[in-house]
Amino acid sequence: MEPFIQVKGIAAPLPKLNVDTDAIIAVHHVYTLSKTGLGKYLFHRWRYAADGSEIPDFVLNHEPFRTASVLVARANFGCGSSREHAVWALADFGLRSIIAPSFASIFYENCIKNGILPVTLDEQLVEKLLALLERDPACVVTVDLSTCHVVFPDQSVHSFQIDAARRETLLQGLDPITVAAAHEDDIAAYQCKDRQARPWVWAQRTDQRAKLP
Amino acid sequence: MTPRTLFQKLWDQHHIADLAGGEALIHIDRHLLYEITSPQAFESLRSTGRVVRNPELTYGTTDHLISTDRGRGDDTVEGGKRLIQAFRKSTQENGIRHFDVHDPQQGIVHVIAPELGIALPGVTLVCGDSHTGTVGALGAWAWGIGTSSVEQVLATQTLSVRKPKTMCIRVDGSLGHGVTAKDLILYLIGQIGTAGATGFALELTGQVISEMSMEGRFTLCNMGVEAGARTTLIAPDDITFEYVRGREFAPSGQAFETAVASWRQFAGDDGAIYDHEFRFDAGDVAPQITWGTSPEQVMAIDGAVPDPAHITDKEEREAAQRALEYMGIQAGLPVMGLNVDAVFIGSCTNSRISDLQAAAAVVRGLRVASHVRAMVVPGSMTVKREAEMLGLDKVFVDAGFEWREPGCSMCAAVNGDRVPEGKRCVSTSNRNFEGRQGPGARTHLASPAVAAASAIAGKVVDTRNLGAG
Repeated sequence: MEPFIQVKGIAAPLPKLNVDTDAIIAVHHVYTLSKTGLGKYLFHRWRYAADGSEIPDFVLNHEPFRTASVLVARANFGCGSSREHAVWALADFGLRSIIAPSFASIFYENCIKNGILPVTLDEQLVEKLLALLERDPACVVTVDLSTCHVVFPDQSVHSFQIDAARRETLLQGLDPITVAAAHEDDIAAYQCKDRQARPWVWAQRTDQRAKLP
Repeated sequence: MTPRTLFQKLWDQHHIADLAGGEALIHIDRHLLYEITSPQAFESLRSTGRVVRNPELTYGTTDHLISTDRGRGDDTVEGGKRLIQAFRKSTQENGIRHFDVHDPQQGIVHVIAPELGIALPGVTLVCGDSHTGTVGALGAWAWGIGTSSVEQVLATQTLSVRKPKTMCIRVDGSLGHGVTAKDLILYLIGQIGTAGATGFALELTGQVISEMSMEGRFTLCNMGVEAGARTTLIAPDDITFEYVRGREFAPSGQAFETAVASWRQFAGDDGAIYDHEFRFDAGDVAPQITWGTSPEQVMAIDGAVPDPAHITDKEEREAAQRALEYMGIQAGLPVMGLNVDAVFIGSCTNSRISDLQAAAAVVRGLRVASHVRAMVVPGSMTVKREAEMLGLDKVFVDAGFEWREPGCSMCAAVNGDRVPEGKRCVSTSNRNFEGRQGPGARTHLASPAVAAASAIAGKVVDTRNLGAG
């Protein structure tokens, strides 16, 4: 995964509460075997009318937000379904960070897994940022993970908190599977002990694992 | 020794190692898969040259995309067949037990996992679906994950977890006549809000819980995620152990007795401290129905739709106004009496045998209103067979319901079972977001009895008025 140090770019305001993952990407757009190419389906119901034409006043449909790299939203962003496709759609569109007062848990974890930085800021600060974005045509913010600061369009600087583990994962572009796999000895030891202590966890299976080519 | 909560005991049991930055490596005892959130995980395994570490702890079912038509095969909505077939190929290649399209035990993942004894007390269980917390009702630590985490579990049988805080909701007293588990969980979500438990491991306790059937407990834990809970748990007890006894993948004989002795320890210790606690009285709970586009926009069925003007928070007020417009309803008026176009009895929330029995008791000898499309989708082939043995299918069909094959169906309209645009549906599922049951669909969440009664009346009704039992 690409390391995430900092992003400086256009921030698009999305002043909606409880944006759920069905709104981020509709279920009929997740019938895919791939993680890429989903940006065109991002917020589809809000971006496009039934005839496929753009809905003019949706934020991502006009400049400068077509090239936004940051999204600013309201509380409980990403609630609902666990579909990671929501994050893949945001990433494919070009968004690299989301700023909101709060996020749903599964969505937050999915962001980290895909190198997107979810920034939790106080509700009052988010409202201030949304108001600035409505007024300022430049709409540039900087999100800096190395210093844990956000710079608003008015140059005010605000710090944010993030778990140490998640911060390191993003800063270094760590692959959690590689990290876990490095603990193979611990995993094997745990399983060996567990087979004795809790034999009922370890299913007696009659079907055999297929021989791999 | 410090008294521990149920969650703390589950955490301690499954802790393998501490990781840098405050996360821990947690063993996953049971991994459930289905056809939508697994393809990229398997593809990634192939491309990185990794194998499934423990196929014997891994189970799959085909439930979201599958058609609910009689005689179904792989055909479903456009683009769906490819995923169904890719999933079959992945489970076959990796020796994973798969309750596939024609399997006599196929069903909705969170219905079959406990029904088959795959989910057990004291296990960790994950699945790429947000309602995985359902089986927390057994005293399992179960939670929903994304596809990247699915890949990690396939490759390592572990997840890297940040320990959630703990919350306890205690519900004292008893539920009134005509008030069900579904009403209770809808009420609780309305009380604490759609993010009221975000980041918490939520335990449900109290007299109501300890007296509740397993199927009622599944309904409760199923919807904990709608209040933001990371996982939802109920301590196992004799009701749990009797439920598990004799199930196909559960231990049997002496192994079962040994397991029960081990499971009895998974109750919270007296004096265990939670980070946050709520207490409620079951006597305050009336049958519920959602009026808006979030599960927290819920009300007593005999009440009036709240007026957004009374909401002080500006954003919540705007959201409520938007919800009223989308749902085509008016503040201050009752929900009872609203015309209903569709009724869906199904989903991982309410599609088990007791749910079907409750609905059948309401509709026996009556007819669905002529303008209503009503369907019953049993949660699994096992539930379907049991319902047919009891003659419930005949009760539903005689009343004018469609009796369908098991799957997620109209809960999320993934397979094309949709509520048409602008139409109003009373549904026993778990989400009423805009467009959830189809573009422009208007969803009201309720219990099986309320949904069934509304199908007959052709409008939203309070079952207590029907005198149905």
